[in-house]
Amino acid sequence: MQKITEKHLAEKAKDLLSQGKVSAVLGWRRGEFDYDVTPALFTDADEIENGLVYNCFCGANLSKYLVSKIRAVEGRMLVFLKPCDTYSINQLFTEHRVDREKVYIVGIPCNGMADITKIRNAVGEGITGVSGDECLRVETLYSDEPAELCLADVMSERCVNCKSKKHVAYDELLGDEGEVLDSHRFDEVERIERMSPDERFAFWQRELSRCIRCNACRDACPACTCEVCVFNNPASGVESKAPVNEFEEKMFHIIRAFHVAGRCTDCGECSRVCPQNIPLHLLNRKLIKDMNECYGEYQAGEAVGGVSPLTDYTAEDGEPGDLIRRRDTDA
Amino acid sequence: MQVNEYKPLIVAFCCNWCSYAGADLAGNNRADYPAEVKIIRVPCSCRVNPTFVLKAFQRGADGVIICGCHPGDCHYTSGNYYTRRRMAMLFSMLDYLGIERERTRLEWVSAAEGAKFAATMRDFVQKVAALGENKRLEDLRCKK
Amino acid sequence: MRKCLYKDIHKIFARVAEKMPLYIPAKTGDEKAEYKKWSEGDELFEGLNTVKSPKDLFFPQSEDLVRFKTEGKNIEITDVREDKGPFAVFGVRACDAKSFEVLDRVFLTEPRDSYYASRRENATVVTLACSRPSETCFCKTFGIDAGEPGGDVSAWIAGDDIVFSANTEKGSAFLDIIGELTEECSCDAVDREKEKIAVIMERLPLSDLTTDGFGGGKTEDLFNRAEWAELSEACLGCGTCTFVCPTCQCYDIKDFKSGNGVVRYRCWDSCMYSEFTKMAHGNNRLTQKERFRQRFMHKLVYYPENNDGLYSCVGCGRCLKSCPVSMNIVKVMKKLGGKKND
Repeated sequence: MQKITEKHLAEKAKDLLSQGKVSAVLGWRRGEFDYDVTPALFTDADEIENGLVYNCFCGANLSKYLVSKIRAVEGRMLVFLKPCDTYSINQLFTEHRVDREKVYIVGIPCNGMADITKIRNAVGEGITGVSGDECLRVETLYSDEPAELCLADVMSERCVNCKSKKHVAYDELLGDEGEVLDSHRFDEVERIERMSPDERFAFWQRELSRCIRCNACRDACPACTCEVCVFNNPASGVESKAPVNEFEEKMFHIIRAFHVAGRCTDCGECSRVCPQNIPLHLLNRKLIKDMNECYGEYQAGEAVGGVSPLTDYTAEDGEPGDLIRRRDTDA
Repeated sequence: MQVNEYKPLIVAFCCNWCSYAGADLAGNNRADYPAEVKIIRVPCSCRVNPTFVLKAFQRGADGVIICGCHPGDCHYTSGNYYTRRRMAMLFSMLDYLGIERERTRLEWVSAAEGAKFAATMRDFVQKVAALGENKRLEDLRCKK
Repeated sequence: MRKCLYKDIHKIFARVAEKMPLYIPAKTGDEKAEYKKWSEGDELFEGLNTVKSPKDLFFPQSEDLVRFKTEGKNIEITDVREDKGPFAVFGVRACDAKSFEVLDRVFLTEPRDSYYASRRENATVVTLACSRPSETCFCKTFGIDAGEPGGDVSAWIAGDDIVFSANTEKGSAFLDIIGELTEECSCDAVDREKEKIAVIMERLPLSDLTTDGFGGGKTEDLFNRAEWAELSEACLGCGTCTFVCPTCQCYDIKDFKSGNGVVRYRCWDSCMYSEFTKMAHGNNRLTQKERFRQRFMHKLVYYPENNDGLYSCVGCGRCLKSCPVSMNIVKVMKKLGGKKND
């Protein structure tokens, strides 16, 4: 298997730019440190040569940027997408938020992304360098010997339960195609379901009370593409900028999870960007799990088009009470 | 005689074409149901946005019930089918967050079912009363 | 100067907590930390920075200001501020201690913010020198000495000891409270610790960052620079940087209709938000580029212009660690600094 590195990405990008197939490239730009990469738009070969990066910190899902950036570009835009990102873009195509014809998708492989907070917890402050892929060498200010960490031990929470290494949308692929995985991604949801109501309440109270209402979960979410969010609209009656009391955080997160229900591809951006490490993906996964159980298996973004469980119905659907009662008998 | 007996506040969203008329019929027939039930008329049960349910709790409701036409009888053909899926997901989500599941309910009540309306409300009020005040989904600002 | 064994720090906490509420950076269970009121069993966070800064203690993320109730033509107005009396905060880093000065200039100049002022007057700030700064630290850029953290009491962890030195009257009163638990000591250990810190500060990767090219009077040089477009292109428009920032001080005042009256509250606002300072005529910053530029121009140009050259950034590095897309003030300064507009 050929190992795909940022060099391959850069070559591909420069190629397509020089052939005139695309007029801009959406990728990740090198930062001050090895880990602080930023999504960026490239239009010339030199910038790509010096700036384009692909490493285990390129977690940011680029598909959301297409919604706004594509308007500013004439011609097609090349975008590098990891397997889970391709589910997001399919969903955006389905919702007509991005024009398929304007995008040139290069699918790239992903071994899972690292979480710098986990690395920091393992090696302490003062990280001056991180290199490697499966095995990470972490250099710090306070130790002469670099620390060796397994990627698996410091992987982003969402990548631990990766649902798919397969690209569901692309114009071309770099490297080999992967498979849809048996992810066990609902294990944690089931664990919470098995708790008593009091324990569940305490669990979510502890998690959600840390929310600072920075809205990063919303702003990074590829399913959140409203031009004006209901939470920014004073006329909506739910607008609030702050976690004023316990109710507001619950309201915000329930409404947000609900608004993306049936459209959420479970990319996990919400949890990645949360400055307070709130496991927000567990709210979305709960809805996905319930919909799968009640209305048949459905993976948002698996294909373009189609109807999602909440925009569909059958005469035989169960009553709300049935769902909860059935879980009790299971447990 | 019991004094200061706890009385829960119940918000009932009722479809204009069936349950609201059902409530009317309950009244005409002198069918008794608790006065703690506050009815909000909606054009279809499908009009009930999950936000409405949360808002009702915020403003002090102890229980929220949504009443619509029986499946197959929706005035707009299919509104109540969407309601059924939506509320199944919402109620399950609230349960997941540890909110008492008896505080939410979805019932189908036709315009002819005055007695069912009254009985449903009596039962719901009783169940919610047993739980006591809504503490897990309250907004303290609304209580002062 | 007074010292005690660092491992006995919880005894100090317990003693102080007998006299007044004490806030410390405490672990929140998942390896992150926040300032919280100390109670028995809470452990001091030994890492560097909390996610949110201690500005919360003086300028909370949201606070009720006043409550209105109407009956007929009468309006009943209640002042709902809670005067919590004197309190102490322990473990404030040099950068955060400096941030209080930045906030003071906003809230304590006329018209004086009485809510903020009362909390400032009531607080005893105990700072802690940084023995192990992070790679994201750049307080030195703004003239802050991590080895001389300031506040009412400065503290250093030197060897097995923690050493306290009072800088103000409030600080001396604090040392009196913990007097029995501590003993008089010389400055030698602290001096050695300071030297160590100074050496580390030089080795930090961002130690060469300067404020050249920024400061009051630079609006024309910087405002129309083309680089703002590239710098802001990845910005999601979330409020993370502003909410974790120790010096961001913008707020909104809003009314909440509770069903039995109106609560007027204020809450932090973020210039990164699309509806920030939206007025009847609409919004004065329509694109994310303009909003992004506002934040950094404010910190690096407008604020120093109005405040004798004091920058409204203290180099704590929180935004470097929290931004979902890793765009931050250091990248802005490196891109724009030291150049003239052409």
